[in-house]
Amino acid sequence: MYDLIIIGGGPAGLTAAVYAARKLIKTLLISQDLGGQVNETLRIENYMGYQFVEGPELIEKFNKQVTQYPLEQKVGSKVSSVSRLDCHFEVKTESGETFQSKAVILATGKRSRSLNVPGEAEYRGKGVSYCAICDAPVFTGMKVAVIGGGNSALEASYDLIKMAEHVYIVSLTPLTGDPITINRIKDARNLTILLEHQVEKIEGDKFVEAVHIKNIKTGERKRLEVAGIFVEIGLVPNSEPVKEIAALNQWGEVKVSTTCETGVPGLFAAGDVTDTPEKQIVIAAGEGAKAALQADRYIRNLGG
Amino acid sequence: MANITVYSTPTCPWCKKVKMFLDTNKVAYKDLNVASDVAARKEMVKKSGQMGVPVLDIDGHIVIGYDEPKLKELLKI
Ligand SMILES: Cc1cc2nc3c(=O)[nH]c(=O)nc-3n(C[C@H](O)[C@H](O)[C@H](O)COP(=O)(O)OP(=O)(O)OC[C@H]3O[C@@H](n4cnc5c(N)ncnc54)[C@H](O)[C@@H]3O)c2cc1C
Repeated sequence: MYDLIIIGGGPAGLTAAVYAARKLIKTLLISQDLGGQVNETLRIENYMGYQFVEGPELIEKFNKQVTQYPLEQKVGSKVSSVSRLDCHFEVKTESGETFQSKAVILATGKRSRSLNVPGEAEYRGKGVSYCAICDAPVFTGMKVAVIGGGNSALEASYDLIKMAEHVYIVSLTPLTGDPITINRIKDARNLTILLEHQVEKIEGDKFVEAVHIKNIKTGERKRLEVAGIFVEIGLVPNSEPVKEIAALNQWGEVKVSTTCETGVPGLFAAGDVTDTPEKQIVIAAGEGAKAALQADRYIRNLGG
Repeated sequence: MANITVYSTPTCPWCKKVKMFLDTNKVAYKDLNVASDVAARKEMVKKSGQMGVPVLDIDGHIVIGYDEPKLKELLKI
């Protein structure tokens, strides 16, 4: 039996791990990967102590700080459920392992929302991309669609109009990104903005060849011939493992108190997976620290 | 020594992560920037059936994305 299991290896989970290790509580860190969303950016300019740092570099530093303590890590495992039995927790992984602990910190962050339409999974990496800054140049001279109307969709479009033959923005709503970003792209000659359109399916052969969309007001359907589809429709919290036991808000975020308590004694949550306002590295790290200190107090109060 | 090619773009964090992994393990590789090198871009798509980076060619074995277990297995690290 562990004292504490931390689920998630992003800024929240790694910071919690350092604080837990320094309290000498027997801790296991389980995560699908190391770094979480921080792996998805090369420009961080607001994490204190660094004027500028690339995501993978910051995570390497975080991990060095974690591994200087004797702490068990299971990286590459996905947790499927957390359940509460009597006075302890059982954490199950998708590969069928189970671990037990007195307390749990859920720090599973967020992931890109998917479209959930036919063809999306099949053509992932074959025209469907969730990382415009990575893959945009591969579509130089081709026609592409960007799905979404927020800042990340507009920034992806800004990059793409410089290299693609044509860019379609397909958004369910009016554009919600910052006016300054909208102004930067709206006059581009190779851009078509299709508002109030919904994606219905993606088709192709070896690679993507077209996306089918529907006007949600008129019901009119269109087929856009594109080689690339950039999905930028926001993030969803990875709260599935605790959805049976903890309270979630309307967006699926775990509701927490100012001390990271979930309402289930011994289950704490920190970072982007929670309803704490503002999703930033420095905030996730701070919440992770808080959760670990609270968990330590909880474990000590249990005695034994 | 394995013959390794990394197909990447300069703005891609996962490419950076792959190269950091290879550097840390002192593995030499050829880095092709598919954003500027059109021939490399075509070669990558043809070899891997992928329109995304990073892609690695390790002695003819294609690795897609940052796949640490696969890299460790192929490079015997
Ligand atoms: C493109 C981009 C740019 C950004 N730029 C900045 C910036 O410049 N400055 C800034 O402060 N913030 C930035 N952010 C936001 C910042 O990355 C997040 O707020 C922060 O990473 C949240 O940390 P976290 O630990 O809560 O979650 P995450 O970083 O999402 O980490 C979650 C971890 O949990 C793991 N996990 C998830 N589900 C499971 C499961 N079921 N089982 C096991 N493990 C699981 C994941 O593998 C991951 O390791 C950016 C985000 C993105 C996407």
